[in-house]
Amino acid sequence: MKDVAQQALDTATARGATYADVRVVDIRQRYLSTKNMQTGQVRDSESLGIGVRVIARGAWGFAATDDLSRNSVDRVAARAVEIAHASALCKTKDVLLAPESKIVDTWYAPCRIDPFSIPVSSCLDLLLKVDAELLKVKGVTLAEAAMDFRQIDQLFLSSLGSEIHQVKTQTGAGFAATSFSGNGIQRRSYPNSFGGQYQTKGYELVEELDLLAHAPRVGEEAVALHQADQCPQGVKDIILDSSQLGLQIHESIGHPIELDRVLGDEANYAGTSFLTPDKLGKLQYASEIVNVVADATPAHGPGLGTFGYDDEGVPAQVTPIIQNGLFVGYLTSRESAAALSLPRSNGAMRAEGWNRIPLIRMTNVSLLPGTWKLEDLIADTDDGIYMETNRSWSIDDRRYNFQFGTEIGWEIRGGKKTRMLKNASYGGITTEFWNSCDAICNADYWILWGTPNCGKGQPMQTMGTGHGAAPARFRRVQVGVAYGSG
Amino acid sequence: MLTSAQASALFEKVLKYSTAQETEAMISAVSHALTRFANNTIHQNMAEEEVSLSVRAVVDQRTARASTNKLDEASIRQVCESALALARLEPPDPELLPMPPAQAYRGVDRFDPRTADVTPQERAEVARRIIARATKDHLTAAGVVSQGAYSTSLFNSRGLHAHHEETMSEISVTMMGSSSSGWAKETSPKWQELNPEALAARAAEKALQSREPRELEPGKYTVILEPSAVLDLLGFMMMDFGGLAVAEQRSCFTGRVGRKVFGDNISLRDDVYHPLQSGAPFDGEGIPRQRVILVEHGVVKNLVYARQTAHRLKAEPTGHGFPLPNEFGEMPLNVVMDGGKTSVAEMVRSTARGLLVTRLWYIREVDPYQKILTGMTRDGTFWIEDGQVRHGVKNLRFNQSLIAMLNEVEAMSPAQRTSGEETFDMVVPAMKVREFTFSSATKF
Repeated sequence: MKDVAQQALDTATARGATYADVRVVDIRQRYLSTKNMQTGQVRDSESLGIGVRVIARGAWGFAATDDLSRNSVDRVAARAVEIAHASALCKTKDVLLAPESKIVDTWYAPCRIDPFSIPVSSCLDLLLKVDAELLKVKGVTLAEAAMDFRQIDQLFLSSLGSEIHQVKTQTGAGFAATSFSGNGIQRRSYPNSFGGQYQTKGYELVEELDLLAHAPRVGEEAVALHQADQCPQGVKDIILDSSQLGLQIHESIGHPIELDRVLGDEANYAGTSFLTPDKLGKLQYASEIVNVVADATPAHGPGLGTFGYDDEGVPAQVTPIIQNGLFVGYLTSRESAAALSLPRSNGAMRAEGWNRIPLIRMTNVSLLPGTWKLEDLIADTDDGIYMETNRSWSIDDRRYNFQFGTEIGWEIRGGKKTRMLKNASYGGITTEFWNSCDAICNADYWILWGTPNCGKGQPMQTMGTGHGAAPARFRRVQVGVAYGSG
Repeated sequence: MLTSAQASALFEKVLKYSTAQETEAMISAVSHALTRFANNTIHQNMAEEEVSLSVRAVVDQRTARASTNKLDEASIRQVCESALALARLEPPDPELLPMPPAQAYRGVDRFDPRTADVTPQERAEVARRIIARATKDHLTAAGVVSQGAYSTSLFNSRGLHAHHEETMSEISVTMMGSSSSGWAKETSPKWQELNPEALAARAAEKALQSREPRELEPGKYTVILEPSAVLDLLGFMMMDFGGLAVAEQRSCFTGRVGRKVFGDNISLRDDVYHPLQSGAPFDGEGIPRQRVILVEHGVVKNLVYARQTAHRLKAEPTGHGFPLPNEFGEMPLNVVMDGGKTSVAEMVRSTARGLLVTRLWYIREVDPYQKILTGMTRDGTFWIEDGQVRHGVKNLRFNQSLIAMLNEVEAMSPAQRTSGEETFDMVVPAMKVREFTFSSATKF
């Protein structure tokens, strides 16, 4: 593959590119699913191709192909330069990149058990057993389970002389029970909704999740929700479980700190951000107990945002985002770092595959643990709701006004978790909400969640991001908003 | 893009290597380019091409799929073997049907050579003209200019052969002022049918008209939803029209088929042959797509059925299935809604107090059975009073049952091909709706 990448690089520079990088990416995926004790999807796929990104005449061009023959690679590299020349017809200034060093390295993400080595029959057997456990619960009308394995093998070459080979293995697994009662549909999922838990590791994740053990409880909760009281409307303290808090971080911290959004690059689709540069180092984003980092290094854990180098050849880094509540950092690319006169990119450029340009994407954007035990936090709450597992999520295009629904809620009265609540939801304004955080659970409760389905860009790219969180309490939050008057 | 003959040659190789009892191959080819601009400059500009082969093998009532974009002989052999090996590791599915035999298709002409051959320079020139309009109005433009071509071919070892070629083009524009924004978007199989100047003008006018937006108390309001807003809401209901979704009680139409669910003026059908539609005239198994009346005068009349769902439910397949194996079943993808005769301007004139909504954003399903959706207004939300648009308002969050909304439609415009950002293109009208629920406001 190095020959192919080098050829593309040589052609691009010979055609006038002042900078070029090339990614040859080979992605292998296996997806297995079951439904009501029958197999759903059983599929393998692989996709190999080359993407050539250039700056020529001061503007960007990118071209990609799956045909790796010599003629095709020459053609696609020349096409990238031709596209850059077209971009230059409509530029206001030349592209400027923050400096970066030449890097030659190979990096493998830790993976203890290659998921592709596990017989498909064993995987399906486990998923079918999960279905069977769920269907034992009277009232469960739909049982679904799935596993998702991915291996990404990428070679990156750039005209800086960098040559970086990375291999990452990602695994996802989970299940859901749905119950239709005649006048409503309720659902419970494990360990998270929308596919379960995803991490950059091997089949060991599936073993750690112990899917089968959780199936009876999840099925019973799905059915019990029909008889539960409706989540009240009003203002209450809420405690979010770590998975819901992970998505809260994703939507109301992770996206606003993407510097391309801040600078307007995503205005036509994903939107912009309220976090304009004048707020850096000045905005009290959250209460003083809140500390958030963007950490792509393996030391943070096996998140979907863990890697050795980003897709511009910048090493993985730890970037403080919120320190004691103060907003202190963005996620950057080399170009956006230069726009803000930052000395270096913090390495957040990631592409979905060989046929997409890298964009600024979340790495592992995580809330650092606090000091509380969950039982103490509940005991300390007089009138609140404990909400678990996301059901719906929505936020405006500058990331102020958000609303989340969760699969299940539990009323907290006088320091005790009491009745189950259905259709639990809450909403607010980002900075007001984060400034209302007054307690975060300790490291024992901290889980690094994977969000495998983050969409951004035109054409759309789907990316996996990581979000570590322990349950946390937020004071005086608007609850029951989703069912207010619909 | 591949011709039918090129795809057939590839399938011959698949047949040579496949030892499955039955074999299906889906061969897709795409050539696509997209020029993206923001801050009045082209900042991303890309082109891609790919040919991929997806093989489905059947053995002893088991089926599985393997896909690749490596098309050398060894890789084709490998993908055939992988599909078969996967299938052998599954438990048998007693409901799995034999692959369908050859089908007859009604042709649709959606390939335009001119659209396939648009150059990067031409896309840049369109972006330049849009940006020129922004500069003239002291606005900042962002958007995309995109075009391409694709082909999809489906074959199976029982003689089925379906082939479709199509071109696509798209322009979307966001114009931003210091306190407001406007948006417009258009798609077509034909590049020359797009009108960049008109789109730029519409987006710019919305940005200019909504300057200095005022706050509005959340509550129930009469709203005029432009077609893109209608489209992005309706998209959240389409999976519910699947026969399997209803059989599995995960559809909002569970227990409601044959009943009057919406107002008298709501009629909806799926029609891939409609002149404003796009897409192939066959489904993921090669079954010809049928025209299906989904809703007639508010009554849910029919569902759509993949072949396997139809067999299970003793219905006729309608040609709306996804490629097998899958757990979703089917859904309508070529939706046409009956419109009315009232223009948006006439809707505004007849409104004493209400809102005009350009588009909606980040819509998500809050409740699957009541079909409560939440989301935000975006890029041009206006206050109407005494029959006139008065001023822009700050964006609002809605929580609204789509079922309830489609019982409160007071007027509709003629239906038009419409594109949004949450769902696929459809043919839908603008709507004037009573009692639309906004639950909170944002800061801009």
